[in-house]
Amino acid sequence: MKFAILINEGPYTHQASDTAFHFAKAVLARGHEIFRVFFYHDGVNNATRLTTPPQDDRNIVDRWSKLATGSELDMVVCVAAAQRRGIVDDGEMKRNGKDATNLAPGFRISGLGQLVEAGIQADRIVVFGD
Amino acid sequence: MTTKKFMFVNRKAPYGTIYAWEALEVVLIAAAFEQDVSLAFLDDGVFQLKKGHQTKDIGVKAFEKTWGALEDYDVTKLYVAQESLAERGLTADDLAIPVEVLSRAEIGKKMEEQDVLLSF
Repeated sequence: MKFAILINEGPYTHQASDTAFHFAKAVLARGHEIFRVFFYHDGVNNATRLTTPPQDDRNIVDRWSKLATGSELDMVVCVAAAQRRGIVDDGEMKRNGKDATNLAPGFRISGLGQLVEAGIQADRIVVFGD
Repeated sequence: MTTKKFMFVNRKAPYGTIYAWEALEVVLIAAAFEQDVSLAFLDDGVFQLKKGHQTKDIGVKAFEKTWGALEDYDVTKLYVAQESLAERGLTADDLAIPVEVLSRAEIGKKMEEQDVLLSF
């Protein structure tokens, strides 16, 4: 089956991203396909490479990055939600005159059309949020 | 393009969190993609539709004007849970735009008909 995943909450504060991660791994382990993981609302905060959790805790951002590079997962961060919360890639830095970027490897910033497309293309879209 | 039935489930009050506002942004994009869009308002989500929001003093954009945009995008299927209205002392007359008031069970049936359910 072809899944899409929507994550609406940030890391650590809320379990949504953890649960989505375990779900994504299980989906792939069972041989299903993930069309896209879309990060929205505070979910965009899962994509900052500046996250530095204590060493004895899981690194939620790195975990997503590794999953993406290991399985060619398409992980998209909503541009409007990212702009509000200061998640920046090279393009956004130039466009908005910022002096830094913080998008973690494996993520890309794009529009809400990518979420709607995921809804259209996937057999199931599963929402992780509050 | 494939057309699917998208339902957006709005459960949160309008200004305490950003969910309602960012949900509306997805609704408009889905409509722009010419999908079959409907909205359900449950629980505190019914407050999003109440008329007479005065948000100037909290520095936040009010919803009421934006609801008008839904019709421009041909989004006319708005379902509101009767129980959620009643629990909050509201009726359809308190709402800013015309809606279809349904029981929770009836909204449940509408949900069963959808291809994509996004809950905010």
